[in-house]
Amino acid sequence: MDINFHTFFFYLIAILTGICAIGVVVTRNIVRSAAWLLFTLAGTAGIFFLLNADFVGATQLLIYVGGTLVLVVFGVMLTAQGPFISMKTGAAEWVISTIVGIVLYSALTYSIFTSSLYFPNPPHADDPADSRNSVKLGMGFLGLGVGPEYHEPSDKVGATPPVRTSYLLPFEIVSVHLLVVLIGAAYLARAKRRRGGAS
Amino acid sequence: MTDFLSSYTKFLSPYLGGNPAEVVIAVIVASVLVGFVAASAVFFIWLERKVSGRMQDRLGPTRVGGKFGWLQTIADGMKLLVKEDIIPGDADHMLFRLGPYIAFCGSFLAFLALPFGNNLVAMNMNIAVFFMLAVMSTEVFGIILAGYGSGSKWSLFGGMREAAQMVSYEVPMAICVLIPVIVAGTMNLNLIGQQQTGIIWNWYLFHDPFTFCAFWTYFTCATASCKRAPFDLAEAESELVAGFHTEYSGLRWSFFFMAEYGSMFAVSGIATLLFLGGWHTGLLPKQASNWLENDAGTTGFVLFSVLSVAVFIAKGWLLVFVMMWVRWTLPRLRIDQVMMTCLKYLLPISCMLLIGVSAWQVLPHGVLYYLDFIKYLGAFACVALVVLTIYRIFSTRSQLPASGAASIWNPTRPSPVVMAKKS
Repeated sequence: MDINFHTFFFYLIAILTGICAIGVVVTRNIVRSAAWLLFTLAGTAGIFFLLNADFVGATQLLIYVGGTLVLVVFGVMLTAQGPFISMKTGAAEWVISTIVGIVLYSALTYSIFTSSLYFPNPPHADDPADSRNSVKLGMGFLGLGVGPEYHEPSDKVGATPPVRTSYLLPFEIVSVHLLVVLIGAAYLARAKRRRGGAS
Repeated sequence: MTDFLSSYTKFLSPYLGGNPAEVVIAVIVASVLVGFVAASAVFFIWLERKVSGRMQDRLGPTRVGGKFGWLQTIADGMKLLVKEDIIPGDADHMLFRLGPYIAFCGSFLAFLALPFGNNLVAMNMNIAVFFMLAVMSTEVFGIILAGYGSGSKWSLFGGMREAAQMVSYEVPMAICVLIPVIVAGTMNLNLIGQQQTGIIWNWYLFHDPFTFCAFWTYFTCATASCKRAPFDLAEAESELVAGFHTEYSGLRWSFFFMAEYGSMFAVSGIATLLFLGGWHTGLLPKQASNWLENDAGTTGFVLFSVLSVAVFIAKGWLLVFVMMWVRWTLPRLRIDQVMMTCLKYLLPISCMLLIGVSAWQVLPHGVLYYLDFIKYLGAFACVALVVLTIYRIFSTRSQLPASGAASIWNPTRPSPVVMAKKS
């Protein structure tokens, strides 16, 4: 196996990420668990950076570390009764989470093995169609074709121009989904007015 | 297991590659950056004390290292190094230890994507601004962990305020960053810097009225995101003792200061690159600047690079100085006022500016041709204002107060204080 520095750093980050992920699961204290999760997410972002997917890595940091984790700790600080709260997990939760974890892990492993069989020569990182290029990615979100060219199967002679995939529809679906979540949160959190009351 | 690993490596190998020399260069660049962050923190702490002293009619440090107290921060640093490292019994030890390092790492990582001159950047990233905002948001997490992990009420309040403030202020700050990005058409800070080559009106500050307003909005949000007064609710010396770092001492405490001064320079660097022409002096015309960089041989290139770095650092320091000036001039806001400033004023303002700048970008060329005078007007007005202010500073004669205990200001007459000591 050809070991160069990128491979070395990949294994280093991957191992550390794995250890921190185990830390997230085994820690009882929620905030400590969030701290472990910080390192897990940062390690995942590090792997994205190592693979030249800068945009995905930075998004990972911004959304999960800067947003989600801060909100988790903020929520704990606002709602905790005692100084440091810890979670107690029942036996049923252990069983369910173990099953879900094993299924997820086997699915991931299976997809890794099969994808390396299906794509013996994955595109090089400098390929402009790669997600590294944020302009291309943004264009894809705006509906401009960025994927590989393909012709309609019915069009044997290539009379019509080739088609490229774009990500407009998934992007719109995700944004509408976020809007729904926002409206739902506002509905749940609104001040409840007593029926027939003065205010 | 080996089969699994080799399969994984085979899958990723086209993406991975490298050269041992890269590692050496990376280590050198990282050391230079760490050195810069630490050295500028030392300088800023000294400057902060001198500035605050000046504004409060005191002298600030004067003894250590000659007349101006140059070495005061070094002496303080030595003191911090040998100070006892205390972890309170009630604290969550792991989180208490982690907090300062996460805060410092977040602040330091931002420097990786910050260009100090044309192509003088550790990682010339396509999405440099986005990366910087992303890693600086991890600094907040370190501070919240420190506030929570200290196991003290003051620290908890500080951490909670920090979390509320950060989550709100990140939104208008990111929108304000987006405004010059729309004008530039790229998030690459190096390219944005290159686009502002030339005389001062080529800076994005003067590009149109919306970017001009965006600069001030961004700077306000940036001040808040560095938790500097008047937004220093997380520390609030007079109400929360020191907020999130009440329980810290020694080296860990100094890491928070390094993080704070580091992120102050980082947000100032973003402001410099996005609005204030980056590493350009604003005096050299475009042709002269390009000639010096490309066609004047090695000497010209070295001269240009040194000048670029000096100009960039000077602009960043100037903005940091303004932050200090604001800190010692304005009183602290209450937490509800801080949130109101963000959600009721800064957020709508930044959204309007975003819409405005987008509309400006789609104006027809014929209209833009007639509106071109705006950038010259703005540039001349700003330069005139700065020159006038400097003139006023030097032309105004200082006056000693004539009433009250006037005699204490006059060194020739014995002051009441000295007389009281003598008797």
